Amino acid sequence: MTKTGIGASVKRKEDQRFITGSGQYTDDVSRPGHVHAYFLRSPHAHAVIRRLDIAAAKAAPGVLGVFTGDDLAADKIGGLICGWMIHSKDGSAMKAGAHPALAQGKVRYVGDHVAVVIAETLAEARDGAEKIIVDYEVLPAVIDTAGAQAAKTQLHDVAPRNTVFEWAIGDKAATEAAFGAAHHVTKIDLVNNRLVPNAMEPRAAIGEYDPGQGAYTLWTTSQNPHVARLVLSAFIGIAPENKLRVIAPDVGGGFGSKIFIYAEETVAVWASKKVGRPVKWVSDRTEAFLSDAHGRDHVTHAELAMDAKGKILALRVKTIANLGAYLSTFSSSVPTYLYATLLSGQYDIPAIYAEVDAVYTNTAPVDAYRGAGRPEATFVVERIIETAARQMGLDPADLRKRNFVRKFPHQTPVIMMYDAGDYRASLDKAMEIADVKGFGKRKREAARRGRLRGLGYSTYIEACGIAPSQAVGSLGAGVGLWESAEVRVNPTGSVEVLTGSHAHGQGHETTFAQLVSERLGVPMESINIVHGDTDKVQFGMGTYGSRSGAVGMSAIVKALDKVEAKAKKVAAHLLEAAEADIDFKDGKFTVKGTDKSVAFADVALNAYVAHKFPTSEIEPGLKEGAFYDPTNFTFPAGCHICEVEIDPETGVTEIANYTAVDDFGVLINPMIVEGQVHGGIAQGIGQALTEGAVYDASGQLLTASYMDYCMPRADNLPSFKLGFTETRCPSNPLGIKGCGEAGAIAAPAAVMNAMTDALGTEAVAMPATPQAVWKVAQSQQKLAAAE
Amino acid sequence: MAQTPKIAVAMTVNGQDVSARLEARTLLVQYLREGLRLTGTHVGCDTSQCGACVVHVDGKAVKSCTILASQCEGAQVVTIEGLAHGDKLHPMQEAFREHHGLQCGFCTPGMIMTAVDMAQRLGTPDEHTIREELEGNICRCTGYHNIVKAIDAGCHEMAKGQHRQAAE
Ligand code: FES
Ligand code: FES
Repeated sequence: MTKTGIGASVKRKEDQRFITGSGQYTDDVSRPGHVHAYFLRSPHAHAVIRRLDIAAAKAAPGVLGVFTGDDLAADKIGGLICGWMIHSKDGSAMKAGAHPALAQGKVRYVGDHVAVVIAETLAEARDGAEKIIVDYEVLPAVIDTAGAQAAKTQLHDVAPRNTVFEWAIGDKAATEAAFGAAHHVTKIDLVNNRLVPNAMEPRAAIGEYDPGQGAYTLWTTSQNPHVARLVLSAFIGIAPENKLRVIAPDVGGGFGSKIFIYAEETVAVWASKKVGRPVKWVSDRTEAFLSDAHGRDHVTHAELAMDAKGKILALRVKTIANLGAYLSTFSSSVPTYLYATLLSGQYDIPAIYAEVDAVYTNTAPVDAYRGAGRPEATFVVERIIETAARQMGLDPADLRKRNFVRKFPHQTPVIMMYDAGDYRASLDKAMEIADVKGFGKRKREAARRGRLRGLGYSTYIEACGIAPSQAVGSLGAGVGLWESAEVRVNPTGSVEVLTGSHAHGQGHETTFAQLVSERLGVPMESINIVHGDTDKVQFGMGTYGSRSGAVGMSAIVKALDKVEAKAKKVAAHLLEAAEADIDFKDGKFTVKGTDKSVAFADVALNAYVAHKFPTSEIEPGLKEGAFYDPTNFTFPAGCHICEVEIDPETGVTEIANYTAVDDFGVLINPMIVEGQVHGGIAQGIGQALTEGAVYDASGQLLTASYMDYCMPRADNLPSFKLGFTETRCPSNPLGIKGCGEAGAIAAPAAVMNAMTDALGTEAVAMPATPQAVWKVAQSQQKLAAAE
Repeated sequence: MAQTPKIAVAMTVNGQDVSARLEARTLLVQYLREGLRLTGTHVGCDTSQCGACVVHVDGKAVKSCTILASQCEGAQVVTIEGLAHGDKLHPMQEAFREHHGLQCGFCTPGMIMTAVDMAQRLGTPDEHTIREELEGNICRCTGYHNIVKAIDAGCHEMAKGQHRQAAE
């Protein structure tokens, strides 16, 4: 390993600008003469718009334009789309209700977009919006996930029973048969609480129209600018792709919420031509709570069939997934192919059958949030196996070991083919780091202080590196999920890498450069990673689902292979040797068995000067592109162990210990990987203990600020204990599995298994806030006293 | 409609005297970001809880979204852009890089300004104190683990610097 190559904890290149305040986030972009957009949002969860009068607003000071759904329709601007088709059990297509960027006659959630006001200043736009007169006929709201299908009110005409689809996976008959033969059946009811992603940088957009070119530019907080351009162009109809440039500059966190194409950027870019000025929109935090796509929101009943020895026979799951008022960009894939395909966990389960009903409610749209479906699957599998162990009087670690998949490749009953792993190794290592042996003593010691101490495991698996294009196409995806790269070697030997991936905290400018530095022997400071601008970078699919290492870097590897192959040809001419005799190592081309060599930078220069080789055989220049389509998902897995201590008098929970041992395959930069794990765990602990989006029965979001929605703070969390095991991923050239989501996937189950262990009952729901925990602790104490 | 009344405001920002006529309701963060184009100071919330906007006003950490520009009349304001000495980074900036105390970087300016204030008030606080002191700064990316490490290291570096100065 070199000091900057693969496996080295290189300090990040991007940090210099962030620690000095010179990052360029979308809101930092200022365009000459830009004006401000303000969206009038629905105060009602469900209402018909009887009258919408914008005359007074149009005449308000500073206002340049007021637009409604009618204006978009008049310009043939289409609605927002959902790009993944799901079919119900009966073969029917999912019921996608129309999703206009500005309401057309009806609003369906608090925060839904009624009109936009564009003015010289934001204050004038807000003041203008106050002059819009809207007569709403308020309709009953459908809020409850589990009750949506039985509600008398219907959100979309196309969707009877508010049902988007009724989907199923697995072998029903085999599963029923296994349950018939079971020695023990564990049943569990779980709610996976609705979360708000809360990237610290709120969403933002600036649209600008250049009449000379007849072209638009959109700066936006996006994880995938090319996909945004494609959707805005081909489906929404803003402009042809060659007349629309999308730039995602520095992006302040995404966690999924910035994958999607929203109403606000659509309207901002469209309106820039209407008003003849660049239009800027920046979300405030309240708007973010109301209108960013939320995450999770499942209600699940699951049953696990076991034989007398604790071998799992089958798993049966029924989930109702709340997708909110409209289908967001990838929402339909989350509770289906990203969820139920992971229900086998790390276990060899002969039969699985899962049904998922997706429903509409009068709440913000729900889509992918860090982990996207996989945290929900892990929560089901890991909660039910822990519960089964307790019911059967078995040690939860032993029960897991008995059921681990041991042979690879392993075909699960729910599509996935696990390619590599060693689940026993990560469990053993985590138990050692967490000192599980000493837990009994710690528990007794805590009891002496009046505290309840509990320990919980989560041996999770996830699928990353999404994904082989044909496979996802056959499952309903509207796009392929390959990635692209171009490696441009400059005449002086410095290198630009244009990647279709996008970074919003992951540190690609460093990790991708590490790969290039190792391969070409070029120093880190001579390598630039370029991303996030559709005018600079070839089409790419963007960053989500922990795919940028496994898929994005694999594309770079392919491009580097081509660069090396061509450079060898040039070097052969320079060294007057046969191409087959040229070796490339440490930035030098050498003639095998001699000391004749030429440096990479000299080869680059000669490639461009083109004096010393026949250009009829070798084209001048040194620049290669590649598209990489993965051959399989990757399967990061590991074991997280959480220890909690609860004060039954106050309900306050302390995370006393948190251990994570993960197998991500080969690590490019361990420092960055650890950071990803830390952040994921914090979000997972947040889901378990503090966070939850709450709507009241009328559809008002009660948790629309940091006063009400409890983000985990530094003093809610401990320092984490991390470890790694490694099985190389056989499905990509670097052996990478991906690490971005593991923490958020593993942690909720680990924490809740610890909470239920401490409290001695399974009836503890997320978020286990002090009030909720206090209630459980009190009733447990009463129960104990009565016995 | 009558023009919104404007008032004259003068202060020192990162060592430079600045003055402007501003609407009375202009927040310090708006003046810094829009008036002076110092966009390193960020806005992450509307309820004064995230700390992305922290700057120093007369040597104290202040949430610049919670104070009017006009309240800073005559004040010495330091933002993240003014923390380094030329090319030489402040020890707390160095510590954040060294310990990977940032990912997306959005919370980072506020974190660093808070951390410098913490060091100035408390010297070298222990982990528990650092975590409690960070109550007003939210980070969604790092899980705070490395921020806490960075602040601990930065505080020690700053303390060493003071010893050096005292010795000289
Ligand atoms: S923007 Fe000032 S505390 Fe959030
Ligand atoms: S580094 Fe992204 S919010 Fe802190």
